[in-house]
Amino acid sequence: MRAPSALILGTVLTYLSIIVALPLAALVWRSGGRGAAGFWSSVSSPEALSALELTLVVSLVVALVNAVSGTIIAWVLVRDDFRGRSVVNALIDLPFALPTIVAGLTLLALYGPRSPVGINVAYTRAAIVLAILFVTLPFVVRTVQPVLLELDRELEQAAASLGATRWQTFTRVVFPNLLPGILSGVALAFARAVGEFGSVVLITGNLPFKTEVSSVYIFGQLESGNTSGAAAASVVLLGISFGVLLLIGAVRRWTTRHDA
Amino acid sequence: MTRKLALRTFALGYLAAILVGPLVLVFYRAFEHGFGEAWSAVTTPPALHAFELTLLITAIAVPANTIFGVLCALAVVRHPFRGKGLLNAVVDLPMALSPVVVGLSLFLLYGRTGWFGSWFLARGIQILFALPSMILATVFVSLPFVVREVVPVLREIGTDQEQAAATLGASRLQTFFRITLPALRWAIAYGVVLTTARSLGEYGAVSVVSGRVAGKTATATLFVEDRYQSFDIVGAYAASVVLALMAVSVLLAMNLLRRKEDAL
Repeated sequence: MRAPSALILGTVLTYLSIIVALPLAALVWRSGGRGAAGFWSSVSSPEALSALELTLVVSLVVALVNAVSGTIIAWVLVRDDFRGRSVVNALIDLPFALPTIVAGLTLLALYGPRSPVGINVAYTRAAIVLAILFVTLPFVVRTVQPVLLELDRELEQAAASLGATRWQTFTRVVFPNLLPGILSGVALAFARAVGEFGSVVLITGNLPFKTEVSSVYIFGQLESGNTSGAAAASVVLLGISFGVLLLIGAVRRWTTRHDA
Repeated sequence: MTRKLALRTFALGYLAAILVGPLVLVFYRAFEHGFGEAWSAVTTPPALHAFELTLLITAIAVPANTIFGVLCALAVVRHPFRGKGLLNAVVDLPMALSPVVVGLSLFLLYGRTGWFGSWFLARGIQILFALPSMILATVFVSLPFVVREVVPVLREIGTDQEQAAATLGASRLQTFFRITLPALRWAIAYGVVLTTARSLGEYGAVSVVSGRVAGKTATATLFVEDRYQSFDIVGAYAASVVLALMAVSVLLAMNLLRRKEDAL
């Protein structure tokens, strides 16, 4: 057993090092190129801070909206019955399959300067939220849906027969079961929102201090030759991504413990 | 009953406003001035080259990540080792990391002053602003999908059948190709579909490392952006429609495979 197992592990680690670890190591190395003080002054420049703040606020808003709308959509897909439900169900994954730049362009077509419905959000902060709501749509729906499918409806019937109102049944019986799914979906959506680039780049106009999110800021710094500034801001995003992944892992462990 | 109707209205209204409405309009905008104009916009040499490049990069990234994905799943599930948690985190990272950060990392590693950049440049091999870095970027962002689909299935099927095969005298390779791989086929296929979707649509990371040499290092997504920025609206929307149709076929494949998986 030893030889092939070592061969597999060796191949996997080499591949991961070349593709993921080495580039990221180069990034972290470069971000520290001008020392801790240089790193700090890069990440705390007014434009970088404003971009980061906007990114975090937008991601938080997106995460909260997704928590509610994603749960409702999952609920409707599982518990409701109407014609065309399976088509709607299939459509949920479309934002995942659609290239982000196309997503940005589609939103610009409906909610941009030539909007046929008279709503023009181009170059505003609302546009960022809209674009990221589009690309993060599947996350909460797809983490809540399987839990709802598995959920034993007898529990709800028992609660109802014991005199619980529908609201009580939902908050005391259904919601606690959905919570881990909602949380990991929300965390995934948040992580995606923090790093989103393709869908926001066209619709926001990338105005510094107004509609410039961190990923766009990094891109701009790189274009204007400030690589160490771009690297420093990237390391902050890298840290956030890692943090969210650890959080998702913790939620998952917490759930499996509850299952046991 | 009214509550049910209210929830249904909310869900469908939300999807219409955010998803279906915009998509329908893209088709409308692309064909606004007739089918002929849209067709000629996506059959110009730069457009064809962009789509070819996207397909080429996908054709390299998907098999690479599929083989890696199966091996990585085997390593994680069947051969526990120290540092497995860290490995899992690194595998998931591309899913949560900004594509711009991915592109910048490759830019720093293979740039003129990067650790590898000077070595390759001294030998006349261009990595950055050329195909190799675009492949590396695409492989990076589409790395987790096969692993994530295969791991749970591998865990579920257990080792009973493999042990039985081994007892009956099958070699390790025979066991893998006759027992393990067939059991994983739908999970691998689903992972391949997701990897393909991600590779076809990659924009941010490729945008950073490609250098955007029009007609040379422009992929389909970069072509869309370039057309839009040059006020060629029909070209931008027509190329978007082609990409959207690819996305819809990916969607169909996903649904087909999910049904197969459920049937098992």
